[in-house]
Amino acid sequence: MDALLFLIFAGIAVICAVSLVLQRHPISSALSLVGVMASLAALYLLLGGEFIAAAQLVVYAGAIMVLFIFVIMLLNAGTEKKIVKGPMVRFFALPLLVILLGILGYVVQSLLPVSDPVNFGSFTHGAPADVGRVLFRNYLLPFEITSVLILIAIIGAIVLARKEIE
Amino acid sequence: MPQLPLPPNVPLSWYLALSAILFSLGVAGFLFRRNVITVFMSIELMLNAVNLTFITFSYKLKQVDGHIFAFFVMVVAAAEAAVGLAIILTIFKNRQTLEIDEVSSLKN
Repeated sequence: MDALLFLIFAGIAVICAVSLVLQRHPISSALSLVGVMASLAALYLLLGGEFIAAAQLVVYAGAIMVLFIFVIMLLNAGTEKKIVKGPMVRFFALPLLVILLGILGYVVQSLLPVSDPVNFGSFTHGAPADVGRVLFRNYLLPFEITSVLILIAIIGAIVLARKEIE
Repeated sequence: MPQLPLPPNVPLSWYLALSAILFSLGVAGFLFRRNVITVFMSIELMLNAVNLTFITFSYKLKQVDGHIFAFFVMVVAAAEAAVGLAIILTIFKNRQTLEIDEVSSLKN
């Protein structure tokens, strides 16, 4: 069951990522990225990260992607122009890519150590209470520094995007 | 019912392989796309792939620290998205284009 869920969501993630890279219109790319993030959230759940899966959906797939789509709509971004490829690229690109991926896959597959299987439910420290306890005990200073970072980012975004006042 | 040809549980390295695949696709998008917004989305894809690695090793080591790091990566990505999109807005205001090949003031 775990393997089936992993294969389903990993497949969705890879297909959506390929679609992100290949689509010509930014809106299609943005929707593909939402698909990648949602399936990654499901994989986090399989690994026991309940809090991080929820944060992935709320922060990434919700807030950040809405910001992206907002800017795409605002700027009325159109499709990318095709560039003319030379004959060398057109003939050799695909076979060379397949050869490279084949070699890479073989090397990686032969180098991968035998690792323990992932059992759903064997990691139980990913609940919000556990994450919060570690975050506010061991990582309090970095957490406070990120608030300053976000403040700087807000000010920077406002300064960059405001209208010039005469 | 025929037996499914699947291992009962997925090895941990498959998660790392998936993360590597997603990161490589992000690099490919970063290098080959010419729309600046798509390039920016490829960067987000790479950050997500790294987050998956963090969570996987957190599972392996049975510690929650990897989740905290993934959380910090998300925070930084949110700040980066806000500033980056403001920069894109400014570029568009000044040049009326989103093609990164046409934004080359620093070239020579």
